[in-house]
Amino acid sequence: MDTPSPTVPQDRDDGRNHPPHDTVDLPAQLPSALAQATGQSGVSSPPKAGNRIGDTLFLAASRGSGILLLCIMAAIAIFLGWQASKSIGSNHGNFFTTFEWNADATPPVFGIAVLLFGTVVSSVIAMAVAVPVAMGIALFISHYAPRRLAQPIAYLVDLLAAVPSIVYGLWGALFLVPHMNGLTSWMNDYLGWTYVFGQSDSVAGSAPRNLFTVGVLLAIMILPIITAVSREVFRQVPRMHEEAALALGATRWEMIRTAVLPFGRPGVISASMLGLGRALGETMAVATVLSPSDKLNLHIMDPGGGTFAQNIAAKFGEAFDNGRSALIASGLMLFVITLLVNAGARMIIARRKEFSGANA
Amino acid sequence: MSAQANHRATSPLAGRTLTSGRLPTWAPAATAVAAIAVGCAIGAGAGLSSHIQWGLIAALLFVAGNYAVAARVEGPRQAKDRLATSLVWVCFILAVIPLVSLTVYTIQKGAGVISGTFLTHSMNGVISSEPGGGIYHAIMGTLEQVGLATLIAAPIGLLTAVYLVEYGRGRLARTVTFFVDVMTGVPSIVAGLFVLSFWIIILGFSFSGFAGSMALSILMMPVVVRSTEEMLKLVPNELREASYALGVPKWKTIVRIVIPTAIGGITTGIMLAIARITGETAPVLLLCFTTDVINTNPFQDAQESLPLYIWHQYSLGNDQTYARAWGAALVLIAIVMGLNLIARGIARWRSPKAGH
Amino acid sequence: MKLQRNGRSKALAIGALAVVSSLSLAACGSDDNNKTSSSAAPSVSSSAGGSTSAAADCGKGGQLLGAGSTAQANAIEVWKAAFQAQCSGTVINYNGNGSGAGVANFNQGKVAFAGSDAALKPEEVTASKTVCTGGQGIDLPMVGGAVAIAYNVDGVDNLVLDGPTLAKIFDSKITKWNDPAIAKLNPGAKLPDANIQAFHRADDSGTTKNVTAYFAAAGGKDAWPYEPDKKWAGKGGQAATGSAGLAGQVKQQKNSITYVELSYAQTNSLKTAKIATGAAQPVDATAEAAAKTIGLAKVVGTGNDLALSLDYATKADGAYPIVLVTYEIVCDKGNKADTLPGVKAFLNYTISDAAQQAIADKGYVPLPAEVATKVKAIIPTLA
Repeated sequence: MDTPSPTVPQDRDDGRNHPPHDTVDLPAQLPSALAQATGQSGVSSPPKAGNRIGDTLFLAASRGSGILLLCIMAAIAIFLGWQASKSIGSNHGNFFTTFEWNADATPPVFGIAVLLFGTVVSSVIAMAVAVPVAMGIALFISHYAPRRLAQPIAYLVDLLAAVPSIVYGLWGALFLVPHMNGLTSWMNDYLGWTYVFGQSDSVAGSAPRNLFTVGVLLAIMILPIITAVSREVFRQVPRMHEEAALALGATRWEMIRTAVLPFGRPGVISASMLGLGRALGETMAVATVLSPSDKLNLHIMDPGGGTFAQNIAAKFGEAFDNGRSALIASGLMLFVITLLVNAGARMIIARRKEFSGANA
Repeated sequence: MSAQANHRATSPLAGRTLTSGRLPTWAPAATAVAAIAVGCAIGAGAGLSSHIQWGLIAALLFVAGNYAVAARVEGPRQAKDRLATSLVWVCFILAVIPLVSLTVYTIQKGAGVISGTFLTHSMNGVISSEPGGGIYHAIMGTLEQVGLATLIAAPIGLLTAVYLVEYGRGRLARTVTFFVDVMTGVPSIVAGLFVLSFWIIILGFSFSGFAGSMALSILMMPVVVRSTEEMLKLVPNELREASYALGVPKWKTIVRIVIPTAIGGITTGIMLAIARITGETAPVLLLCFTTDVINTNPFQDAQESLPLYIWHQYSLGNDQTYARAWGAALVLIAIVMGLNLIARGIARWRSPKAGH
Repeated sequence: MKLQRNGRSKALAIGALAVVSSLSLAACGSDDNNKTSSSAAPSVSSSAGGSTSAAADCGKGGQLLGAGSTAQANAIEVWKAAFQAQCSGTVINYNGNGSGAGVANFNQGKVAFAGSDAALKPEEVTASKTVCTGGQGIDLPMVGGAVAIAYNVDGVDNLVLDGPTLAKIFDSKITKWNDPAIAKLNPGAKLPDANIQAFHRADDSGTTKNVTAYFAAAGGKDAWPYEPDKKWAGKGGQAATGSAGLAGQVKQQKNSITYVELSYAQTNSLKTAKIATGAAQPVDATAEAAAKTIGLAKVVGTGNDLALSLDYATKADGAYPIVLVTYEIVCDKGNKADTLPGVKAFLNYTISDAAQQAIADKGYVPLPAEVATKVKAIIPTLA
């Protein structure tokens, strides 16, 4: 019974080199022949757009939408840059290394060091918790759950994506924070030696309104998004691949590892990016749960820190000219971070692009 | 959807060998019960205050126990399979507990205030620290703002995704893809600020529901594009090729073959996007202003919306307003749920029955 | 990969049915809406009917937008209900989005009046001149309030604190409830040997500015070395967003202390500390006690501007020292023609004795008569 298992990874490797549907050779060539016969210019770049008015219009509309989207982005970026530039020049601190945020003071001193740290840490915790769990739930719904259970669960998960972030915030502050007490002190006891999970003595006994709790809450918030998209992707795995793996004697897990996960990986990465987008920009939930401060503290179990969005929400209402401009500058930084993270993710996806069905 | 049945039919066969035994079907359940019992015992014995710890211990025991038992009886490959299965179950339960707790919590807090009056009256003239008043104006505002935002964002997002998947090659497509990703990271308050300065301050329009919709549509577009793109990519090329082969023009192939095949996923994506924007507070706070009276015209005068209403009631900070905030949250969730159901229904009816 | 298209027409019909039914539901809703608004209006006037006086002037009707301070949002709400009951044609929308945002909205010409915790700064006055053609923005004191020191300590009911002690508690210089400084002010009280959990505002706030102004004035330089500011400057402690957030935390956390507007302490049934000011008796946080302090305020604004200066270090008997006054900001000249009558009518109402008394039981403090008289004199001159 050990013989099938080497052949299964073999099958997976084959799948990686070719688009999944190339397993059947005939359809790939036959339509192209047919297409040429009917005067069409080929399969992968089918009927020339100019040939038909419908195609021209449709292409124009879809390309126009893409361009419109770019224009909106450009307008936002220009607007952010223009607004931000007003305060950057007046800053008496270093924008990147200053801890405090006193943009309306004279002289204005503000910096994003604490916010950058808080945003990155809380998002990393959120992603570390949410992505594996979300994949687990997505697999559970698509491949493990009894069918009668799968639909309602999928529905429940979709529904939870709709819970407004302020509700997550209220629930987090009133329910999650008290329940995190034990876990926090536990981690402090057993993982305190890592420094990161340790707690300073001065905050003993205070509620765990810290970056770790925020990370966990963000993870719960982005779970539904990642799960919903991943689930749809896992469902689209060609049935023939799964059945082929099973027919070769693979266990269910081996089938998932060889047929489902490689196919779904780009989709899962995209889904995670959507989740990360929400985690990075989340405002209300962080504002209600975190106890922010100007201190950059590597003890993530200590109350304190802050995130970009939380800081904007907390300061915007009472900010005056320079303060608003400085907050917008911090918004611009969030923008740049998202840009970098997505560029990274895109590079990972690009390497596995051959798995897309359309391979366009 | 016969896969589940297939798996169950085939995977036991894979495990039945001449040399190794098989665990009875009740084994995982038994491990689960044992793990929970031991978890509780350790938790209670060690005096751990938080039930999160009890649960984590039980989950660890369950996964480890399943693996150990299967490794002993069924061999390493089956044990790995059992490990994966138990991990997936644990993931599911780990996630469901907070999510269910959140739902139950909201229902507990919110169900009490919901009544006919609450749903059909505005807050006009109601003192917030006294009972009474309702959310009709906020419901109308939210429906209109989200509806308008969807009308703007869904077609643009869908067409952009079509462009990226079906036409997109070269620099423009790469740029669009990249910036769509970046757009997912635009903080909602920044989108609000952008529309505020562009539409209200520079162009001089007044605060209105429509201004809010524009900011919401900016937040919605990237989510629609991203999820639609993923779903369109999953449509097998054979379908397109078959259609071209029959001489169907490309646009018709997209409209009649590609989109209907992916409609389930596209709908999920749009619903997710709607779900994301219905709960947004910051842009509507900046753009729709706020009002206590019913205003059904989203293009003129201040409008209320449910998240705004929840936020205001919460920040007024007394028992009556907290109750109203939870009630409004419950209604907001119910509305999205209803929209979701309708969209899903339509998607199911419209999509071809794929038998691949 | 077969595509079954059968049953599609049926599906289309059902889909269309769903769309049509949801559309008709919406139509039902909008009908309902008209009914609701017409039925809501009389119920409002009947409920507020008791407080209705013979108001003569309602302005022109229509929408009146105001934005700004959250500290006065509860007061505006009470006034709005009563005013709209008298003047059914006028709708007042007040957006409690923060003083800074309110002033920004005002200077952009987007709102008819702004509510603010702080008087306009000189550069804001300059900016207001572009909106107020021929005039400028002025501060009219309208809503007085008290800031309560709320705490949650089991077994301690009549906590007394003074300026220096409070300043040190909130600056983490006093960290235990049984600290000698606290014990000295509370002889006989059973103070626990527990860490003090001091909560402050995470967001910038006029409340913070007034409290820290009190710390600085009553505590002195060594207890509170910072400048009074909207942004929290003290060391340590925990933060929460908004007065509601602070009240919620103190309710939940044992051995905690914070500062919130009196109304939040009252509606959340939090215990409030008495303040030892140097007067014969420690003063309780009440509207009357706060009114005494506000009555001692001096006008520091020039011309029509009535910005006030408060004496936080007051030692007058029965005067509660931690108070705040919030302003309405309007143009003295050059208000927009279509909103001017409404603004005048509304402000005329809010400064009336009836209106000032109406907010007293919401934890606010009616303005003292001499300040109110000055405001009353200015409102008719607005143009």
